Amino acid sequence: MTMKEASGTKRSSIRDFHQARWNEPIIFELNQPGEVGIEVVQSGEAEEPGSSLWEDIALSSILRQDPPALPELGQMQILKHYLRLSQETLGADFNVDVGQGTCTVKYSPKVNEELVRSHKVAGVHPLQEAETIQGTLTILHKTDLIFREISGMDGFCFQPRSGTHAILAMASIVRAYHEDQGNPERNEVITTMFSHPSDAAAAHTLGFKIISLPQDPSTGLPRIEDLENALSDRTAALFITNPEDTGIFNPDIVKFTELTQNNGGLCCYDQANANGLLGITRAREAGFDMCFFNLHKTFSIPHACGGPASGALGVVDKLVPYFPIPHVVERDGGFTLEEDFPKSIGKIGSYLGVVPAVIRAYAWIMSLGAEGLKQVSQTAVLNNNYLLHHIRQMKGMDIPYSKDGFRIEQVRYSWQKLFEDTGISTEDIVNRMCDHGMHMWSSHHPFIVPNPMTLEPTESYSIAELDEYIQALESIVEEAYNNPEIVKTAPHKSCIHQVDHSWLDDPRKWAITWRAYVKKRDSGAYLESSVSIN
Amino acid sequence: MSHPYIPNSHPAIQRKMLETIGAHSIEDLYGAIPDSLRPKRPMNLPERITSEQALRRHVESILENNLSSRDLLCFKGAGCAPHYVPAVCDEVNQRSEFLTAYAGEPYEDHGRFQALFEYASLMGELLDLDVVGIPTFDWNQAASTCLRMAQRITGRNRMLVSETVSPERMSTMHNYCRSKMEIVAVPCDQETGLMDIDFIRSNASESTIGLYFENPGFLGNIETRTKELADIIHDAGGLILVGTDPISLGVLQPPVQYGADITCGDLQPLGIHMQQGGGQSGFIATKDEERFVEQYPSRLFSVTTTSVPGEWGFGDVLYDERTSFGAREKGNEFVGTGTALWAITAGVYLSLMGPKGMRQIGRVILGRNAYAMNKIASISGLSVRALDHPHFKEFVVDFSNSGMSAAEVNNKLLEREIMGGYDLSSRLSGYDQCLLFCITEIHSIEDIDNLSDSLTSILSNATTQSK
Repeated sequence: MTMKEASGTKRSSIRDFHQARWNEPIIFELNQPGEVGIEVVQSGEAEEPGSSLWEDIALSSILRQDPPALPELGQMQILKHYLRLSQETLGADFNVDVGQGTCTVKYSPKVNEELVRSHKVAGVHPLQEAETIQGTLTILHKTDLIFREISGMDGFCFQPRSGTHAILAMASIVRAYHEDQGNPERNEVITTMFSHPSDAAAAHTLGFKIISLPQDPSTGLPRIEDLENALSDRTAALFITNPEDTGIFNPDIVKFTELTQNNGGLCCYDQANANGLLGITRAREAGFDMCFFNLHKTFSIPHACGGPASGALGVVDKLVPYFPIPHVVERDGGFTLEEDFPKSIGKIGSYLGVVPAVIRAYAWIMSLGAEGLKQVSQTAVLNNNYLLHHIRQMKGMDIPYSKDGFRIEQVRYSWQKLFEDTGISTEDIVNRMCDHGMHMWSSHHPFIVPNPMTLEPTESYSIAELDEYIQALESIVEEAYNNPEIVKTAPHKSCIHQVDHSWLDDPRKWAITWRAYVKKRDSGAYLESSVSIN
Repeated sequence: MSHPYIPNSHPAIQRKMLETIGAHSIEDLYGAIPDSLRPKRPMNLPERITSEQALRRHVESILENNLSSRDLLCFKGAGCAPHYVPAVCDEVNQRSEFLTAYAGEPYEDHGRFQALFEYASLMGELLDLDVVGIPTFDWNQAASTCLRMAQRITGRNRMLVSETVSPERMSTMHNYCRSKMEIVAVPCDQETGLMDIDFIRSNASESTIGLYFENPGFLGNIETRTKELADIIHDAGGLILVGTDPISLGVLQPPVQYGADITCGDLQPLGIHMQQGGGQSGFIATKDEERFVEQYPSRLFSVTTTSVPGEWGFGDVLYDERTSFGAREKGNEFVGTGTALWAITAGVYLSLMGPKGMRQIGRVILGRNAYAMNKIASISGLSVRALDHPHFKEFVVDFSNSGMSAAEVNNKLLEREIMGGYDLSSRLSGYDQCLLFCITEIHSIEDIDNLSDSLTSILSNATTQSK
């Protein structure tokens, strides 16, 4: 391949895609009474000595009478069913997965999967004595030191099991800190409308009142005067992302952290959007007291259909005593787990967190080094601005805020003009992108940017793939103006067709399990239902 | 230099892309970041390992210092247990499609939605309930959310919780719930581990949100006075919340059948490797009543139809009003990334096991625990707590009169390639020098005899030495 071809001047034609479509029944519809999927215990073992000891006497009041009505199927039939469902799922390993902004869907290296499938990880119990898990503790310690350097924080904890869980941990530490300082009346958390909804929601869950700063309509950034008005002697903390979900970096971030701290508040950095910033800028210099990284975003852990995930939580020295327990402590050439931290918030989650996630992240970092991590960020930002450059030129497209500038790692675009011109909404485009084997995401609620689209290309995708994504979008814009019906009725080449949404918010019809469906069907709940397209 | 994970890292490609977008250098793209926030030196990190084989060797050499349940005979439980993982479970959850999918639409990710709907449906059969949410981080979080759901439903402020729930869980629940309720620990009999019913009766009032207990309990004890407990709480207008081990439910009643309003627990026993705690997954389930459904913070997927007759589709129930994705802090608690891959895996496990498999495995675990408890109780110097009460999967052995501390016993067991029980000393009041042993279907009668013989030998050596 010549460089000219590789660099995208010669574009591939649009792929003639069709997703797998198995029309696979719900597993209960496949039930074949008498078939068996596996034998986990040897035949006869269930009748061995001891098995009936309590069953007849003490337990009689609590024994299950009717067996659970699970389907009965042979092993190969079960395997086939689930493999068909897997084929009807579009993982990042298959598509140009730049469409889920804020989520940093990147390549999860296969070698790291092999490492964590070893019995040295998969077969380890979480409460083993420290001397039997020195391998894991070594990696937790090394990764802690690496994250300190990346962020400038003074210590890291890997117990939180997602980014939102890390936000909950931050809020817990904020509360414990102010109580410890004798200031329990500090019960307000300030965040911004373009920070992740979990910043507001998790802090609110712990009892904080939430103040969400609006964005300046011209810059998209929160205004300093709004922060000043929000600050008071009730301020507990600022929870903020930077760049926010618009991909715009807030150059005044130090003023935000200084003002908050001068008012007695702590500054908590949601680094969900860190993928453009590794080796570029750090939480420490921006004045933060705490930050966290999503290992399933920036640090390559697979997203796994929505978890398990991991949130690596970092704090400055004065907040280390509030960390969840146990702490990994280096002692006498080895590592111990210690719990004697009376100011600790206790357990935010079970055990040591999602250990395999930390091991994967460690391996990924070691495969890159300092220069490689910076290259990750630089390339992610370059890819993002390459997408931005092409999408900006599309008909019906608007780029709210700083229209001509560069962005960091993602952009929140708007199809509002296209919608006004053609009646084609973001949701329609999302559905039509499925016909290209691609995913596209709008934004969190509320839709401050009308008809939003949020893309984050990360460092993982080649220029040819970015061009393919751009072309798919271009073709849909073309259709919106010339053949809108095909967009409105999409998807056409996905696993299924347009879903009837009328059941979903109707208690008489929603069916969250098969048994609920069967009961409602048999009681006639769906008789009057006609198929309606959303 | 190009990096294999960064296709556009090649300088020539980067030059071309910069030219396209009208920038001189990548630094131009960072123009918004003030110089004062730019580091003055490169990050000081360990040197990069360039080849995949060297990376593998490096990480594996560190992990060699772990001892696993393949290296040792593991008798630790306490909320995460060594169970047999069917090969099909791993085959499915290692599929690239499931492993690397995230937040796709009900169209391109139809299979993910269906697999998760089926997970809820299969768990629904096991739990005898019509609503099961997409699982959260772990049992700690699931139980904490159950308490908050119950608080919102009742509008009350005092929650009774059995004092013998896992100390870890108690800590998480306290941190998570204290802004909304007072958690009152229900005292338990230190012999049987069972709750003081008189205490519950005298504390059930119009301010009582409800009662949370676990069955089988953290200490393996099975609560059989369930109807009485439910009546006391329901008569006071409160809710019964029960945490349960799903692998027990082929033989034990699902909690709803003895009055539970909300059921929760952990999916790890259902075909998920321990992974040093990475396999935890917290489920929540209720009846199909609006007052419950509208209180879930997690995503709930409903089956529905599509524009093509005979085709199943899926979608989110009450997404906008209920979830923080839809309503930020006005939603219920929060939702984010949970543990969907383990839900799919648990669904595969329940499909494989079927009704007969779940019953068999429950019987085997019950029986082996009875065998192990009696066998260990016969060792001189040891006592098994609540020997006469039924247990599932876990039981407490008291070493107070053995001449050795529980920790010393575990160290001696390690020398014999046995991972002893979870040391409850200083973790659970009244259980000093006690080990919580866990017996599952992976432990053969010979394994249990090995444990028993080893304990006998260790303690007789200790007695000999002390003489």
